[in-house]
Amino acid sequence: MAVKAKHQRLTLILLALAALIGAALLAAYALRDQASYFYAPSDIEAKGVEAGRAIRLGGMVRRGSIAQAADGVTVNFIVEDGKASVPVTYRGITPDLFVEGSGVVAEGRMDAGGTFVADNLLAKHDENYMPRELEDMNLDEIKQQAETTVTQ
Amino acid sequence: MIAEAGLACLWLAAALSLLQLLAGGFSLAGRGEQLASIIRPVAIMQGILVAIAFVMLIWLFLRTDLSVKLVAMNSHSAKPFLYKFAGTWGNHEGSMLLWVTIMGLSGSCIALLEKRLRSDTMIATLAAQAFVSIGFYAFLLFSSNPFERLPSPVPEGQGLNPLLQDPGLAFHPPTLYIGYVGLSVAFSFAVGALITRNVGPVFARAMRPWVLGAWIFLTLGITAGSYWAYYELGWGGWWFWDPVENASLMPWLAATALLHSVSVLATRGALRTWTIMLAVVAFSMSMVGTFLVRSGILTSVHAFAVDPERGSFILALLAIYIGGALALFAIRAATIREGTRFSFFSREGALVLNNVLLTAILGIVLIGTLYPLLTEAMGTKVSVGPPYFNPVGAAFALPMLVVMAAGPLLRWRGDSGRKLINMMALPVLAAAVTLLVVVLFGGRIGILPLLGLILATGLAIASIIPLWGRNLLRTPLNIWGMVIAHLGIAVALFGMASESAFNQEVLVASQPGESHEVGPYTLTFNAIEPVAGPNWTALEANITARVTGSDSSDTLNPQSRNFSSPPTQTSEAALLTRWNGQLYVVLGEENADGRWQLRLWWKPFVTFIWYGGLLIGLGGLLALIGRTVRDIRRRAHDMQDEENEQDQQAGEAAA
Repeated sequence: MAVKAKHQRLTLILLALAALIGAALLAAYALRDQASYFYAPSDIEAKGVEAGRAIRLGGMVRRGSIAQAADGVTVNFIVEDGKASVPVTYRGITPDLFVEGSGVVAEGRMDAGGTFVADNLLAKHDENYMPRELEDMNLDEIKQQAETTVTQ
Repeated sequence: MIAEAGLACLWLAAALSLLQLLAGGFSLAGRGEQLASIIRPVAIMQGILVAIAFVMLIWLFLRTDLSVKLVAMNSHSAKPFLYKFAGTWGNHEGSMLLWVTIMGLSGSCIALLEKRLRSDTMIATLAAQAFVSIGFYAFLLFSSNPFERLPSPVPEGQGLNPLLQDPGLAFHPPTLYIGYVGLSVAFSFAVGALITRNVGPVFARAMRPWVLGAWIFLTLGITAGSYWAYYELGWGGWWFWDPVENASLMPWLAATALLHSVSVLATRGALRTWTIMLAVVAFSMSMVGTFLVRSGILTSVHAFAVDPERGSFILALLAIYIGGALALFAIRAATIREGTRFSFFSREGALVLNNVLLTAILGIVLIGTLYPLLTEAMGTKVSVGPPYFNPVGAAFALPMLVVMAAGPLLRWRGDSGRKLINMMALPVLAAAVTLLVVVLFGGRIGILPLLGLILATGLAIASIIPLWGRNLLRTPLNIWGMVIAHLGIAVALFGMASESAFNQEVLVASQPGESHEVGPYTLTFNAIEPVAGPNWTALEANITARVTGSDSSDTLNPQSRNFSSPPTQTSEAALLTRWNGQLYVVLGEENADGRWQLRLWWKPFVTFIWYGGLLIGLGGLLALIGRTVRDIRRRAHDMQDEENEQDQQAGEAAA
């Protein structure tokens, strides 16, 4: 018990450092596994995603693709980004601004059959709010269009 | 005129904060005794002026003065009175003005109320407070002016985001901000103590009520925000690990650690450097949170407008204040006297362990919150959610809860293991009984909810043991405060664990006349009716809820609302609160075949989460009252001690 104050201070600093480094290592390890990556349909087509891994899928809801299943609470629709498309199924109440031809971010995972099973849909809350990933995507698209116009 | 008057007050307040800083700086440098005497009145006046500016903005919103840009962008003449009033801070500029108003008023409060701090530390503290204020005044005046006029008034305003049109808007942001920005006082105290080399028990006793006060408001603000998100979003969740939620949790974790370490410093003279560090970290977390929410790098209902200039401005302020404080800390840390040494098996030992674990949790939340921003800067978009935060946070939170149960049972200075084992017998028994009951009757539940339920019961019993054998009427209020706050943690934990373990959900497409069972209830969907509010129309479901097999019934009316300005659809959940849980009903859309989507939840003991939060706040309040009353009673006595301490420290400084 009779530790010198200076030694005790050192012990405390080491204890705190050990805990923080432990926390950081644990965090780094968990982040590798648990961070869910954002994919556009063309990313999924190009790179592929293992079934069952939590990801976010973002894109536009294809016009005319929203279909309601017989249970009345499951919707199936197609998300596309101009280059590729992915079928999505979602069981739940869709967000208020979830409409065809509009942007959506779906959280969930791919199943073995190549359908994206969404746990959660994020659409715009109001005209000022948009999931961040989509905001960037639109910008990219606008940029691309601008570039094509210029090269023409 | 009102807008110009408000802007003038804001400029004057900014000028006074500059004066406050300069006066403080010069008088500390030993130039001018008179300068020292103006610093308190200047601090008080600065707070009054910024508060007047804030009242002016409220007035503009109440009058719906559409020649002011901010009002035109965010308000509407047909909005109900409450939302005209609370809408003042439902936008970027208004909420930043609220921020600096609380910052200025905190400075006034220090100047008016703080009597124990040594006079040079007091001057340095007020100068530090002014230094931080100046940056945020500049931010407001140069990049977020709330009083800007439009070239010509518009005929009608654009309205307030309907998700914010809720009584919660009147309560949650101000409470949270008082807590958030109130931590600036602890920061300024720490800077003041570092500058004047005055870190010791007397200083800690002076700082403690301020930390406690900010912490109470922060606790209540987070609790209110969680409940608001729970009933407003209609997702049935109470915490989403959203970056803006983490932005409020991080200062809370740091402030909780600080609250406990400052007690160790006040009582035992130990943890000097650590306490100062935590005070700096706590307000730094508030500023990081402000940066995350107000810079526009996140998109959420909390972040109002995206403007890169604002982001860089706040980032620069962060670098100056956090970097400056850390640099000062690095220079002065070596001059802080060694704390009194102590036995690890004691109250202070447990508090140290808890502090370390709280800091580790803070680190985990910080890493998880910043990681997506870092990867996005490198071109990869990721999101980090519950699968990361829950298990990784629990790895440190669970041991922390065990230490939290045992810590208050230990005596200061040192204690015997045998006594602790005896005292812990009852809580451990309670936890074991819970385990048995849950395993036998609870069905299959996850490991984290199970551990949560066990720890919650054990902790609840352990937290009231300190009252054992005491005369309850003569027990000091601060002991009551600790007991009630710790009990609040147990109650909240029980609610969280119960909600995730026993939550029942039913999702149906229903025709009027049909019944559905969820939990102990049978719900009958009677009809859909149109209803109208002040600035919205809605479709409202009429649903009868009846405990299955009983006669008495209640009516639930979930709505799907349409707001006209801005045109938005929101869904209003209907809640039925019982002592043992909540029924939560959301109305979805009408299908082509005339059926309506209904989402029904039975959430056992979910309300305990927020009752727990209120208990934690109440515990803090009791401790604050207890400490303050004691403080006033002993002031005469203490002043004597303080002089002695000053002499002693002056002696040391000379040596």
